[in-house]
Amino acid sequence: MSTGLVVVQILNGLQFGVLLFLIAAGLTLVFGVMDFINLAHGVQYMLGAYLAVAFYALTGNFLVALVLALAAALVFGLLLEFLVFRHLYDRDHLEQVIATFGIIIFLNQAVKTVWGAAPLTLPIPEIFSGSIVLMPGLLYPVWRLVIIGSGLAVGLLLYILVGYTRVGMLVRAGATNARMVSALGVDIHRLFMIVFGFGTMLAAFAGAMIAPILSVEPGMGDTVLILAFVVIVIGGIGSMRGAFLAALLIGLVDTLGRSFAIDILRLVMPPSPARTVGPAIASMLIYVLMALVLYFRPSGLFPARGRG
Amino acid sequence: MNQTLAASGTLASQSDRVGGLPAAIFLLLALVPFVAGFGPESYVLGLFTRVMVFAIAALALDFICGYGGLVSFGHAAFVGIGAYAVGILGAHGITDMLVSLPVALLASALFAYLTGNVCLRTKSVYFIMITLAFGQMAYFIAGSLAPYGGDDGLTIHLRSTLFGFSILKNDRTFYYFVLLTLLAVYLLFRAVVYSRFGRVFRGARENPTRMSALGFDVFRFQRVGYVIAGAVGGLSGFMLANATEFVSPAYMSWQRSGELIIMILLGGLGTLHGAIIGAAAYLLIEEALGGITEQWKLIFGPLLVLIVLFARGGLLGLADKVRGRLSRA
Amino acid sequence: MYKKLALVGAMIGLSATAAGAQEKLKVGLIATLSGPPAVLGQQLRNGFQLAVKNLGGKLGGRDVEVVVEDDELKPDVAVNKAKALVDRSKVDFVVGPIFSNMLIAIMKPVTDAGVILISPNAGTSNFAGKECNPNFFVTSYQNDQNHEVMGKYAQDAGMKKVFLMAPNYQAGKDAIAGFKRYFKGEIADEVFVPLGQLDYSAELTKIAAASPDAIFVFLPGGMGVNFVKQFRQAGLADKVKFLSAFTVDESTLPAQKEAAVGFFGGANWAPNLDNPQNKKFVADYEKEYNAVPATYAFQAYDAALLIDGALKLTKGNTSDKEALRAALMKANFTSLRGPFKFNTNHYPIQDFYQVKVAQRADGKFETQIDKKVFAGYSDPYAKDCPMK
Repeated sequence: MSTGLVVVQILNGLQFGVLLFLIAAGLTLVFGVMDFINLAHGVQYMLGAYLAVAFYALTGNFLVALVLALAAALVFGLLLEFLVFRHLYDRDHLEQVIATFGIIIFLNQAVKTVWGAAPLTLPIPEIFSGSIVLMPGLLYPVWRLVIIGSGLAVGLLLYILVGYTRVGMLVRAGATNARMVSALGVDIHRLFMIVFGFGTMLAAFAGAMIAPILSVEPGMGDTVLILAFVVIVIGGIGSMRGAFLAALLIGLVDTLGRSFAIDILRLVMPPSPARTVGPAIASMLIYVLMALVLYFRPSGLFPARGRG
Repeated sequence: MNQTLAASGTLASQSDRVGGLPAAIFLLLALVPFVAGFGPESYVLGLFTRVMVFAIAALALDFICGYGGLVSFGHAAFVGIGAYAVGILGAHGITDMLVSLPVALLASALFAYLTGNVCLRTKSVYFIMITLAFGQMAYFIAGSLAPYGGDDGLTIHLRSTLFGFSILKNDRTFYYFVLLTLLAVYLLFRAVVYSRFGRVFRGARENPTRMSALGFDVFRFQRVGYVIAGAVGGLSGFMLANATEFVSPAYMSWQRSGELIIMILLGGLGTLHGAIIGAAAYLLIEEALGGITEQWKLIFGPLLVLIVLFARGGLLGLADKVRGRLSRA
Repeated sequence: MYKKLALVGAMIGLSATAAGAQEKLKVGLIATLSGPPAVLGQQLRNGFQLAVKNLGGKLGGRDVEVVVEDDELKPDVAVNKAKALVDRSKVDFVVGPIFSNMLIAIMKPVTDAGVILISPNAGTSNFAGKECNPNFFVTSYQNDQNHEVMGKYAQDAGMKKVFLMAPNYQAGKDAIAGFKRYFKGEIADEVFVPLGQLDYSAELTKIAAASPDAIFVFLPGGMGVNFVKQFRQAGLADKVKFLSAFTVDESTLPAQKEAAVGFFGGANWAPNLDNPQNKKFVADYEKEYNAVPATYAFQAYDAALLIDGALKLTKGNTSDKEALRAALMKANFTSLRGPFKFNTNHYPIQDFYQVKVAQRADGKFETQIDKKVFAGYSDPYAKDCPMK
C-alpha cells in the first residue's frame, strides 16, 4: 500500500461522495420540507442520464444536452408532482413508499421500452477529456475532477440559497413547521413545487454528469437510491449540512473499504477466505455504519431543528 | 400533518369483521387442489402454494406494521434466514423437519431479537431505514456464503422429511401442509391481536406516551411483537425453501421486502385476512399480466399508484365501499 | 375472493385451449429479459426465432410454437416460469437460460419432469462433471473454456505478470480458475468485485499500482461496458494488454465503441468466422434485428438446428425419450461454428479462438478471429461425469 494508492483512493471516494451528495441533497430537501418519502428519486437520476444521452444524440454538444436534460427532467418532475405526489403529502409514509415504488417499476420499464435494454453511453466533452498524472502509471480523468468540482459548487450554491436567501428561509421554516408557514400567508404549495423541482434537477444533474463514465441502463437508479437514503438518514433528515458530510463519509468508507478490506483482512486470515469475505464485509460496511450512528443518535448526526 | 391510516377510519370497521370473509378464503384455498386437477395441476398447485407461503410472511408483517405501526423494510430477511436454515442443513444431509423447522424459527427469532434491540429505538422513517439496513446486511452475508452457493444460490435436493418419511414430496400433500400452517398462523395472530398483549401493542402505535404513562414498557412489548413476526417470517422461509427446492440471497433483497409491504397494503392494512388477499392479488396479478405482455410492468406500476391514491384500505376497503354503496342503492 | 375464482377459471380455460393444439411442437425459451442484462436474453430469443423462421416455422418437419418466459434474473421466478413452461404450456423442450445461477435453479424442475433442457449459454462445471444429467444438453461451452483460451494465449505469448478480475459469483470463480489452469506466470492480484458493480476507480488504481503485463477480466454486460470505458480513460490501455472473456462482445460493443478496439477476448466463434452458413446467419441477423449478433444469438440458433436435426432422426417423435436423447447426442446438424460434437457429458467439443475487437467498414463494431488456440477441445470436467 503506497501513499500514492491511498491518495488516489481518497480522491475516488470523494468523487463518489460528491455524486451521492447531489442525489441526497434533493432527497433530504423533499423529505425535510414536505415529509415525503420519494423512492422515485432514483429513477429521476436515471432519467437525467437517459435524457442527456438522448439530447446529445440530437445536438452533439454536451453542454446543450445537459441544459436540455435538466429542463426536461424538471418538466417531468413537476408533472409527477402535480399528478401523483401532491396527493400523497398528507398520507402515511407507507403509502408514499408504495406509490413511489410503483413509479420506479413503471419508469424502469418505460426507459427500456423507449431506449431499449442495452447499456448506453455518452462521450466526455472534448475540453475535459484529458487526464492528469496523479501518480506514475495512473492518469486520473479530468472529468472525474469536474464532477468533484461541480458537486462542491452545487453544495456551496445550496448553502447560500438555503442559508441566505428569502426562499431558503422559507424552506427552512417549512422544514420546521409547514402549517405555521402556510398560516403566515405563504403559498405552501408553490414552495413545495419549488423545492421538489429543485430536488429533481439535482438528481438529473447527477445522472447527466455521471453518464460519460458509467453506463446508462434501466435500473441504474436503484442501488444509488438505497445509498442516498443511507446518506440522509446518517446525516439527519432535512439537513443539507448533514447530507453533505454523510455523503462524503459514505463515499470514502465505501471506496476505501472496497479497496483495502481484503488487505486488512489478510492480516488476520488466510488469503482465500479473505478474498470472499472481504467484498461482503465491504458491501455491508455502510449499513453497519448506519446502524451504529442510529444506535447512538436515533435521529441522525445533524437532525434539522424542530423535527421530533 | 400526516394522517395515519388508523385515523382514516377504515381500520375500525375492518378489524371488527370476524368470521365470514376469512372462512370463505380458507375454504376456497382448500378447494384449489380439486379444481387444479382439471388443468395443469402442478403449475396451479405451485402457484397457490407460493401465494400461501408469501401470505404467511405478509401476515407477520401486517401484525407489526398494520397493528403495531412498525413499518419494516427488511422483513424479507427473516424469510431468507428461514429458507437458508433448510438449505444449509440440507447441504449437510439433515432434512428432518424436526430439526430444520425449529432451527429456522430460532434463527429468525434471534435475528429479530438482536436487530430489534437497535431498530426499536428509532422512529418512523429512521425505523424504515434501519430495518432496510439490516435486511441488506443479511442479503450480503448470504451472498458471501461460498460453500452454500453464494450469489448463485443452493439447490435443495429433498424436501423436508419427518422421521425419515418424505411426506412433503407430493405436491398436493405439501399444499395442504402449507394451508394448515397458514390457518394456524392466522388464528395465532388473531388471538394475539385481541389479547391483552395485543391491545398494548396496538396502543403503542397510536399513543406510546399514554401506554408508558399507564406503566407498560413499550419497548419490550414491541420487541416481543417484532420477534414473533420474525419467527413467523422464518416459518414462511422454511415453506418457501421447500416449495421452490432452491434458496438464494435474492429471497432477502430489499425489493422483496418492498413487495411484502405492497401485499399488505393491497389487501388492506391491519386486517390480517387482508394480508392473505393482498398476497394472492399481488402474485396472481403478476402472473396474469406477465402472460399478456412482456411490458406488463408498464401497467403494474401505475396500477400500484392508483391503488394507493384511490383505494384506501386496499381491496378490502374497496369491497367495503362497494358494499356500502350497494346497500344504499 | 371472486378475483381468485375468476383467475383460476381463466387459467383452466387457457390450459384447455392449449391441450387442443397437440400436434404442434412446443419449445419454451427462458432467458433474462428484464433489467440491464435484458439485451442478452433478447439476443438468445432473436437467434432462436431467426432459426425457426429460416426453417419455415418448422423444426424436424413439425410446426413449432415458441413460448417465451422472462426469468427476471430472480431464482424463484425462474423456477416458477420453468414450471409454467413444463406444466402449463407443456413444452417438449426448454431452451435457456443465459445466467448460470438461473440454470442451477431450473435444472431440477425441468429435467425432473422429463423435459429436455438445452442451454445456449450457461454451462456450469457441476453439470459438466458430477451432476451431469441425461436430459441436459449444451450448445455453448463449459464456462471455464473461454477463460482457459485466454490463459493459454497469455502463457504462449510469454506474459509474465497478469492481474485478474471477475464478479463474485460461481461463473466469476470458474473464470479465474479456468485462466489459471493454463497460465503459469505470476498473478499480480485476484480481485472479485460484487456482481453489478459499475465504478472501477478503486480497482483501476490497484491495477496501475501493480503494473502487470496484462489484465484478464470477466465482466459481463454493463460491468464490462463501464470497465472498458474507465480503463481507457485511465490511460491504461497503452500500457497493459487487455485479455477477457464475455466482456467485449457484440452485446456490449455498441456501447463501448472505440474504447474497446484492439482488446482481446476468448471465444468459440466470431461474426467473421469464415464458413457459408455463418456468413448467411450474420447477414440474416443484421437484416432482421439491425444489430451484430453475439455468441448468445448464434448458440441459440444452433440450439434450434440441434432440435431440428434430432427430430429429423426420430421422425418428429418426441414421446420416446430414450430415442430423442440418442438423436440429440448425434448432433445431426451443421453448426454455425463449423466442427461440433457432443462429449459424454453432453457439452460440446469445439474449436476456440483468440479474438480481437475491430471496427467494420460500415462503422459497426465486432470481434474478429485472430488465432485458433484450441482445436477439438473438450472440457476438463467430463471425466467426472458418470454418463458414458
